[in-house]
Amino acid sequence: MLLKQIENFLKYRFLLQELVSRDFKIKYRRSVLGIVWSLLNPLITMTVISIVFSQLFRFDVPNYHVYVLTGLVLFFFYSEATSTAMNAVLINSALIKKVYIPKYILVFSKPISAMVNLLFSCIALFIILLFSDVRFQLVNLLFPLPLLYIFVFSTGIGLLLSTYTVFYRDLSHLYTVGLTAWMYLTPIIYPIEIVPERYLFIVRTYNPLYYFLLCFREIVFYSRLPDLQLHLTCIGLAFGALIIGIYVFYRNQDRFILHI
Amino acid sequence: MINASNNIVEVNNVSMRFNLAKEKVDSIKEYVIKLATRKLFFEEFWALNDISLRVERGEILGIIGYNGAGKSTLLKIIAGVMKPTKGSVSVTGTMAPLIELGAGFDMDLSARENIYLNGAILGYSRKYINNKFDEIVDFSELHDFIDIPVKNYSSGMAARLGFAVATITEPDILIVDEVLGIGDIRFQEKCEQKINAMLKRRATVIMVSHSITEIEKMCDRVLWLEQSRFKMLGETKEVCAVYRAN
Repeated sequence: MLLKQIENFLKYRFLLQELVSRDFKIKYRRSVLGIVWSLLNPLITMTVISIVFSQLFRFDVPNYHVYVLTGLVLFFFYSEATSTAMNAVLINSALIKKVYIPKYILVFSKPISAMVNLLFSCIALFIILLFSDVRFQLVNLLFPLPLLYIFVFSTGIGLLLSTYTVFYRDLSHLYTVGLTAWMYLTPIIYPIEIVPERYLFIVRTYNPLYYFLLCFREIVFYSRLPDLQLHLTCIGLAFGALIIGIYVFYRNQDRFILHI
Repeated sequence: MINASNNIVEVNNVSMRFNLAKEKVDSIKEYVIKLATRKLFFEEFWALNDISLRVERGEILGIIGYNGAGKSTLLKIIAGVMKPTKGSVSVTGTMAPLIELGAGFDMDLSARENIYLNGAILGYSRKYINNKFDEIVDFSELHDFIDIPVKNYSSGMAARLGFAVATITEPDILIVDEVLGIGDIRFQEKCEQKINAMLKRRATVIMVSHSITEIEKMCDRVLWLEQSRFKMLGETKEVCAVYRAN
């Protein structure tokens, strides 16, 4: 059973590649600078954010603009990966009705596309870091680890959302609104210290994104090695989401065709 | 007694239920009531009712019937596009579905890019498409238009490309749904030749067509569906004679 799944995945892995590369081809088609935009876009955005946040808002955080950027990079990845994944089944409904393909490939290609964007954002972030006071240290090289955690987490959430969106279309509108709220409930532009004690449970305890963000910032911003407990929390959340996502998707995927 | 190992496609007591979407719910009250009684939006419709079928290796089976008889649904179930509500289907061997040609085309991409994308959708590997690329282009006769976005193609050109990509493999089973009438006369002949070449290799064919002449010309056996139900299955001559008389 599992072996058959793996065999099937290997057969369709080229489709996965093609879907990801299509996302990029379509995005930069007919633009003069083409693929350069994928670096230029985050770089310019980050420069603007850096200027705004280092001049306008002031919290008691050294290198405040870098603090904000590390948060935004991670949140934008999560937001892009899950919201594109959630619509992947619906958008490809014409295809699903006509040809057999493993449907999860359509969903799975979205976090991968978002991941490629994230890597470009990381290059841009690195360039910004060169112009800040944050010193490069060896521990910074561990940055792919939290990215991997949040990638797995987003894939799980993406599978879950894409399944329920087929049956309840309102979800995609709700989620867009929810994401905005979620962004402000995550310590991205403010330090966790300013949150009143009684609200901490929303911002920290019950917010999975907080842990991924903390892990990322520990490594990139504070140049510290996150403790084992934080790693285990991230891994637990990531694979928990993935397992639930896969389970729900597999239970329902044969009914998709009746609802799209 | 039929030798079970010689059956390449087996359809066992397949039934398929659809929910017909009803878009309109007039009031919130109605919505709540229907939600509570689980009648919301949907009305049941059985597109197939208890269909069983055995197709042997090398056989050419035609499926006939009026619009809405369930022909295409049956093909899609055999092709694995959907799972039947009841019953089971088993297929041995590789399959090339010619159900909707170019179903996976992205209109913004060029023909070259679409050959790879559509090939990937059909489960080919990159290496395989690289090897067959020239053959696909030759067959579709689109040499001069290969780097033009498919949205600028005529529907005939797109269909030619779709046919060329879908038939590049050497499948054990070919599933054909009303696609032989694409392109001009010359291209239709080319398609027919291609299918005949596949038949020479003892490929199994399951085809749906409204053209009874075409069915009589090509098929060994014919299945007749009427209003989602089994009506008749037998030698082409026999079934077609009754069908025409009907």
